[in-house]
Amino acid sequence: MKATFPHMGNQYVAAKVLLEELGVDIVIPPQCSQDTLEIGTKYSPESICLPLKVNIGNLVESAKAGADTVVFSGSCGPCRFGYYSVLEKEILRELGHEMEFILFDPPQGDYRTFISRIFKLAQTSNPYKIGKALRRGVQILYQVDALDKAAHYKRPRQREIGKVDFYYDKFHKEVRNTCCYKETSRLIEEIKQQIMNIEEDPTREVLKVGIVGEIYTIIEPFVNLNVERKLGEMGVEIEKSLEVSRWLTEHLFLSPLKLTSEGKIHKAAKPYLKTMIGGHARETIGYTVEYAERGFDGVIQIYPLTCMPEIVAQSILPTVEQDYNIPYLCLIVDEMTGEAGYTTRLEAFIDLLRRRKERQESEELLSRH
Amino acid sequence: MAIKIGIPRGLWFYDYYPLWKSFYEELGAEVVLSNPTNKKILDEGVKNTVDEACLPVKIFHGHVLDLKDKADFIFLPKIMSVYEKEYICPKFCGLPEMVTHSIKGLPPIIDTEVNFNRSRKSLMRTVYSFGSYVTKNPITIRRAYKKALESYHDYKLKIKAGNYPINGDFSSRDEKKSSITIAVMGHSYNIYDNYGSMGLINKLKEQNIHVITPEMVDYRKINEYAETLEKKMFWSYGRKLLGTAMYFTDAKNIDGIVYLSSFGCGIDSIIEELVERKTRKRGGMPFLLITVDEHTGEAGVNTRLEAFIDMIEWRKRNESNLSTHG
Repeated sequence: MKATFPHMGNQYVAAKVLLEELGVDIVIPPQCSQDTLEIGTKYSPESICLPLKVNIGNLVESAKAGADTVVFSGSCGPCRFGYYSVLEKEILRELGHEMEFILFDPPQGDYRTFISRIFKLAQTSNPYKIGKALRRGVQILYQVDALDKAAHYKRPRQREIGKVDFYYDKFHKEVRNTCCYKETSRLIEEIKQQIMNIEEDPTREVLKVGIVGEIYTIIEPFVNLNVERKLGEMGVEIEKSLEVSRWLTEHLFLSPLKLTSEGKIHKAAKPYLKTMIGGHARETIGYTVEYAERGFDGVIQIYPLTCMPEIVAQSILPTVEQDYNIPYLCLIVDEMTGEAGYTTRLEAFIDLLRRRKERQESEELLSRH
Repeated sequence: MAIKIGIPRGLWFYDYYPLWKSFYEELGAEVVLSNPTNKKILDEGVKNTVDEACLPVKIFHGHVLDLKDKADFIFLPKIMSVYEKEYICPKFCGLPEMVTHSIKGLPPIIDTEVNFNRSRKSLMRTVYSFGSYVTKNPITIRRAYKKALESYHDYKLKIKAGNYPINGDFSSRDEKKSSITIAVMGHSYNIYDNYGSMGLINKLKEQNIHVITPEMVDYRKINEYAETLEKKMFWSYGRKLLGTAMYFTDAKNIDGIVYLSSFGCGIDSIIEELVERKTRKRGGMPFLLITVDEHTGEAGVNTRLEAFIDMIEWRKRNESNLSTHG
């Protein structure tokens, strides 16, 4: 068995460690590239959302590198992500790649199938071994998310622009050659230290912007055209509403047991959206409210074209924008998104935020005397 | 004076309106329907909805605007799920919020939540909650609900017998015998909306073609086929369409399928693909996909329909040795 999985930001590092600790052979799909997207667009249904297209690209590239098993997660509606696995299997079969899927859907009460799938993937039913691998995988997940946070913090403050990404890119190159928990963990810590040691420019005015929207598009840098790097270099520190580590703990472990820590966010979203409607619409609204309350300078929503839950959120967000007096920008991505236009919109938005902040500050200054 | 309740003629209207209409009329309220979709409703809807929404949702916004000054309440339930472990599209789930945040100055809305995802235990509570806008008397509400169910079943039977609820009216019926049978598939709010679908069903009937819709297929058959899917389909509309497609492929009692989809429909992006795989690619069934949005030109649709019908006729003559592409 040679297992593979589609990309989603940094989660591949954790998935890699998890599978390596289990002793499973893996193929990491090449970094998402224009080729990936082209393969995906060619073989996917025309009107499906962008994540599936990129997934298909990843899986086809992995299949060519010898993978024969796909490890994938799922859901049970109402967002279409729940049917990704079925469609992906169909498309791959049509292309002549007979791949086996090992799915980790939320158990919905059926823990037996869920556990049997874990055994199948692990090729062992030793709970100690599985538990250990799982713990280590999750640990790495938290570590890479911490690394991301360090990069988000440093990017707008670095004296020499591009320094953070020098180390960040180095990490992605080197991590493919490491094996197992210890080495990977050490590498992450090392890079994190290097990033934290970068010299800062204390005179920079740093803006804070919250990124909300559909989880895949805000996490996968290829799909959101590296929004974090772009904003970082414009002197903006960002915070993302969703992270894979949080998503995993919430969805796979906590939500069947009703222990989610997202109550606060849901409460914040309640005046605008009463119930869950699938995807992350409720989180999008809840986090926008939270960011506004924490005094962020602006909020950017990113989602793939035709994403159903986010469309609902998009029609509600202008009201939040007015109620909380926080500027909001909506960016929609698909395979046709042009980078220049995207960057222009980002720049214009950041200029606006900067002007707004300056004016606020000078007003405060004036009113004091 | 009786309370006026406005029901927009869009989305779930085509599936459930007799239920709601007779329910509120039994309770003594006056029910106002919005006008059948027309250019003005569409334009107003497009203007007042986010650009990314799909055509039926935009049309729905137009219908709500049409009712804005005509009713005391607008009937806009939050329909999350009508069957166990199934959902409707996320846009349906968030529809009341979507409408109220896009259109300002609406009369109060009836946005009771309908959610039978876990069980149907809450059914009667939901019914009372709907009724409480008119009366607080549980006995009257229960009686009205029974009456409403009857007219709902009547409606379903009428459709099954071959009447098309175009715009919610049974004006057109299929009587003539014809040699070609075509299934028109798609969400009920797409295919029965005469303006939104550009009169698709009527156009086919004018050409003397017998039209079947998913609502005319025995739902036990649909369920039987839908059970065999490898993963449970969690959208009620999607499940119906997939089951129907599988039934048609097996039964081979139709000559072709016209699938009407709206641009940007998340459910259709998956269902249409699977339906096409099951019917055309594996079943060798002629298949035509028509995607509509607010810009669709009618002439192009006419041409494609004519070509499709010509192809079906040739296939009949040439013993099916012709491509199944539309």
